[in-house]
Amino acid sequence: MSGPLLQLSGIVKRFPGVVALDRVDFELRAGEVHTLMGENGAGKSSLLKVLTGVYKPDEGRIELAGQVIQPSSPAHAAELGIGAVYQEVNLAPNLSVAENVCLGREPRGKFGIQWKQMANRAEIALGRLGVNIDVHRPLSAYSIAIQQLVAIARGLDVSAKVLVLDEPTSSLDASEVESLFVAMKRLRDEGMGLVFVSHFLQQVEDISDRITILRNGKLVGAYEAKDLSRKELVSLMIGRDFSDLQTTAPVLSETQSSEVLSFKNVSHKGSVSGLDFTVRSGDVLGIAGLLGSGRTEAIRICFGFDSVSDGSATFNGVSYPLNPKKVIKHGMGHCPEDRKADGIFPNLSIAENIAIVKQAKRGWFRPIGSKELRNLADESIRDLKVATPDSRKKIGELSGGNQQKVLLARWLAANPKLMLLDEPTRGIDVGAKFEIAELIERLRQSGMAFIFVSSELTEVVHSSTQIAVMRDREQIAMMPGGVTKDDVLAKISEEKAG
Amino acid sequence: MRKSPLLWPLILIGAILLLNLVLDPGFFHITFRDGRFYGSLIDILNRAAPVMLLSVGMTLVIATGGVDLSVGAIMAIAGSVAAGLMVRPKGFLLASLPVHTIPTIVLAAVAIAALCGLFNGLLIGYAKLQPIVATLILMVSGRGLAQLLTDGQIITFNDPAFAAIGTGASLTLPNPIWIALCVALVAGLLVRKTAFGLFTEAVGDNPRAADGVGIDSRSIKLAIYTISGVCAGIAGLIAAADIKAADANNAGAMLELDAILSVALGGTSMAGGRFSLAGSLLGAILMQAVTTTILTRGVPTEATLILKALLVVGVCLAQSPTWAKRRVA
Repeated sequence: MSGPLLQLSGIVKRFPGVVALDRVDFELRAGEVHTLMGENGAGKSSLLKVLTGVYKPDEGRIELAGQVIQPSSPAHAAELGIGAVYQEVNLAPNLSVAENVCLGREPRGKFGIQWKQMANRAEIALGRLGVNIDVHRPLSAYSIAIQQLVAIARGLDVSAKVLVLDEPTSSLDASEVESLFVAMKRLRDEGMGLVFVSHFLQQVEDISDRITILRNGKLVGAYEAKDLSRKELVSLMIGRDFSDLQTTAPVLSETQSSEVLSFKNVSHKGSVSGLDFTVRSGDVLGIAGLLGSGRTEAIRICFGFDSVSDGSATFNGVSYPLNPKKVIKHGMGHCPEDRKADGIFPNLSIAENIAIVKQAKRGWFRPIGSKELRNLADESIRDLKVATPDSRKKIGELSGGNQQKVLLARWLAANPKLMLLDEPTRGIDVGAKFEIAELIERLRQSGMAFIFVSSELTEVVHSSTQIAVMRDREQIAMMPGGVTKDDVLAKISEEKAG
Repeated sequence: MRKSPLLWPLILIGAILLLNLVLDPGFFHITFRDGRFYGSLIDILNRAAPVMLLSVGMTLVIATGGVDLSVGAIMAIAGSVAAGLMVRPKGFLLASLPVHTIPTIVLAAVAIAALCGLFNGLLIGYAKLQPIVATLILMVSGRGLAQLLTDGQIITFNDPAFAAIGTGASLTLPNPIWIALCVALVAGLLVRKTAFGLFTEAVGDNPRAADGVGIDSRSIKLAIYTISGVCAGIAGLIAAADIKAADANNAGAMLELDAILSVALGGTSMAGGRFSLAGSLLGAILMQAVTTTILTRGVPTEATLILKALLVVGVCLAQSPTWAKRRVA
């Protein structure tokens, strides 16, 4: 094929008070995986929305296979041959896989829907992705990874030439990502052009043929993936050099640190077992393991959501059983894995979201006054560099990274002894990730303790003074700080072999 | 851009009053006689008082993401208890209760209403029943309970002190207006001068997150359904005092729906979270303004319900985010 499959040139998109896209060019060849990278607010989603017809660009031109197109809606874009799969899968879990694949365009005959043909079509669409499952079973019977692939199959009309994947991997574990990538490579080899967005650097390196980087709504450049080192990539994205990034793990000064949390062979029936660690003030206990290895479950026991059914545990000198209200009272904080579902109060203001923990500790009878509320919010916003003009805005209107900072601020306002951070950097941009890592280190040095869970091993080894390695819902080893990512990986796989 | 939820109810109340003024120039006429004001405007407020009371409790209930269908039945229970204690008819279940003065009778009736609310709160907060199901239990059985209390009879009474709750006046205005305003004021102080309102909104906005920050949503819900019961009890006393009778079958019938509508008109989301007590009060007044207008215009009562429904559709659409967006675009 001569010329690019898809060509966006000089795209401009303005919103009141902000230029989201400023003369951005983007080129996609047939048979490539092209990754779009940039911090939150760089213009990735705006560009994708222009491409899929959600936004109409103010200026610029879109050509698909040499033809100028003007997609007016996602449905129209799909008709033109541009399919899309978004981060949050919008599927119906109780319908069958086949129904999900064909939803909205069911094959119809004289007597309504032709079920057999529907199943056939779903099987073919999934087969293209290398998935062979019973399409008659409900979607919810399958893992998140399979569900993600079903979403892709749904986005893949027979005629699709371009497939947009907006953070499809954010809820998948390593092996699930692997199977997704296999499917993506198959589509690529069929000559399709894939546009991929992800915050996971490792995944970007694994799958990309080319990378286009955006920053502040402007094009930074398009690069061959193999010519771009991770360091270059990161500094291009955030526009500053991260050579000053600390690369050695922090060390706990044993002298003046007191015990905060102690778990001795703790288990919760049917969930995790063998939890055995001691966290002192100034410690960051990293929990390493694959998704499903019991990391979140361990956190839930610490915070008192799940009970200690075996073994002994104490926090701040008090023995479990403890419930969340009690551990909060004794100085524990918890940033949950699912920020949206378990963390934020989307319709309350940023200020209220920050003050809520402090207020809950005080009880309802002693309210935080409006002046104190504003001061507390402004202080937190300044300290944590939350990007917002006004603390009275709803938190739901902030980006993921800023929401996460507000959730941290909410606990910091109550001055905790131990913070549990469950995937605090999921789905947030690289710049905010570094800021959160720096914040953890700063607070650690001032004596706060952390338990830190992350799917990105690099982050775990970077921040932790000790690491608990989990596998198959069991703690299998403790490692000191300063080990490398490969050491931890070796530990996980070595035990597996044995 | 944030618009006040009070805007639409206020505009509509103004429009309806204006319409009345055009149709009947004497509509705004208020006379002062025997130490109190009389007039259509006063009448609207007076008639709106029971639903205003219900809507105070209902607003908080809805803010937690729940609903209280039992308030009409609780009104009937409170009325029956009060009338029974005053008259002591044969077969009255609470005949052994040593309560004889009007103030203690009022307290006893409100306390029993509070117990009913507490029962709802236990089912919803602690047993985790769905609010619509839990309060349906008392909605259905509450009227039965009220009839059991009064042995199926309509109890009429003639105590002027008690009747004054519904028909008397103090400081130039009918008592129901003062009662509704006082309850609303106390509720307003409770939710905005303490953190109770914030906790309520947090529980309604994201119950899982509320648990995760150490808010005890169970006790919040328990308190709120109890408050709703108390509000319904007071409304029930007004309703009974107004007609000097306790009618277990008809007292407060369908008023739970009026209360829910008032809350919706006042801009509080049925999904829970943010709430506006003032909005709900205006919603209740708006509905009464419409009803009064229709009645004084001689429109058949049947049409009232349909007109009310149209009004509700209109206001709710005007406040829905989708329509707001369209207006901006």
